[in-house]
Amino acid sequence: MKKNRIILDGAFKNNSTFILLLGLCPVLATTSGVSSALGMGLAMLAVIIVSNVVVSLIRHLIPNEIRIPVMIVIIATIVTVVEMLMKAYLPDLAANLGVYLSIIVVNCVIFARAESFALKNGVFDSFLDAIGTGLGFILSVLLLALAREVVGTGAVDFKSFINGESLFLLRIFPEQYAISIFVENSGAFIMLGLLIALITYLVPTISTWNENRAKLKAQKALTTNIETEAK
Amino acid sequence: MNILLIALAAILVNNVVLSRFLGICGFLGATKKATSAIGMSLALAFVVIFGGIISYSLYFFILVPLDLEFLRLVAFILVIASLVQFVEMFIKRFVPSLYKSLGIYLPLITTNCVVLTVALDVAAVSGGVPDYTFLTMVVYVFASAVGFGLVTVLFSYIQERLANTPNMPKAFQGPASALLIAGLMAIAFLGFKGMI
Repeated sequence: MKKNRIILDGAFKNNSTFILLLGLCPVLATTSGVSSALGMGLAMLAVIIVSNVVVSLIRHLIPNEIRIPVMIVIIATIVTVVEMLMKAYLPDLAANLGVYLSIIVVNCVIFARAESFALKNGVFDSFLDAIGTGLGFILSVLLLALAREVVGTGAVDFKSFINGESLFLLRIFPEQYAISIFVENSGAFIMLGLLIALITYLVPTISTWNENRAKLKAQKALTTNIETEAK
Repeated sequence: MNILLIALAAILVNNVVLSRFLGICGFLGATKKATSAIGMSLALAFVVIFGGIISYSLYFFILVPLDLEFLRLVAFILVIASLVQFVEMFIKRFVPSLYKSLGIYLPLITTNCVVLTVALDVAAVSGGVPDYTFLTMVVYVFASAVGFGLVTVLFSYIQERLANTPNMPKAFQGPASALLIAGLMAIAFLGFKGMI
């Protein structure tokens, strides 16, 4: 398989949030603001890279019957390390993410990649797959967080991961017109539902568009071929 | 009254699904039919209750005296994985029809965030004192399980009704409409906030 294909498939074609609908708990819980969503995305990226690489490294040593407990222990260890590092260096982000940082352990996305990709492929391919999946996750949480924060507060407020101070604030429309339900819990479900509907509508449209373009290209190539032959 | 407060808060106000976004996979996946939603909630309730009690005991009677608090994630997840294995064997042996209808969602209880979060919740320590005594912990794990079951079963009835709607736009069929319904339920549950 081509290397860039692995990354693109992980990020878009098998996008965990919008296409596969896996691991939605952190997606819903940490997207009330752009900065916490980015923090969650980076934590996920770190965990998924290390877990994919480690599982792929020892894939010949794991007996098939107990692979799930083995993977759980590997992932739990990685998450414990990430949690400790984040508490030490990025205390405000760790406090914001709270329990959702610990429960990366039981995130289906990480399991799905370890089980369906890292166990069967080489170390470098698994690394690329982890990067693709992680970037796809980051893009989706950022999209959802942006939509929620803009509609819900009328501004994008990026906070520092270390002490929670606002780094920059971009106001798009005045706060009195904001629909504050979207930064609350119920708004998370509604906004994600709307975005999923939008994407399920767009994906077939884009793919038929691509197909049509490919057909047109083939036709053009054919006609030019015929023309050159005629000459 | 403290116990009643803990129970009501965990069932209605801080509902695990609607206000803490836990267990969404099972919530969306196993609720096409009310019967499988009930089966799923019961299986999950068993794991949540026993997982919570065992994790609490393990944490405060073994890990804390040995200064091994940092191992709690690994320890809890192993407890939960073995419990799920046990429940799976039990259901397969005694209720094979339920075993078939739950399918992949039964082993996935291991990776259901509700179980691990409840276990982590009861092991929380603030200012050197455990947040829960043994009694309040038991109430809390029961109430969390009931909260999940209540919302999941209600949701599955709505989903059953909605399955036969002819006029829904194609893009909204399936998960999108399910999430919108969950959002509306969450708004409804917001009303309970004033209760406490």
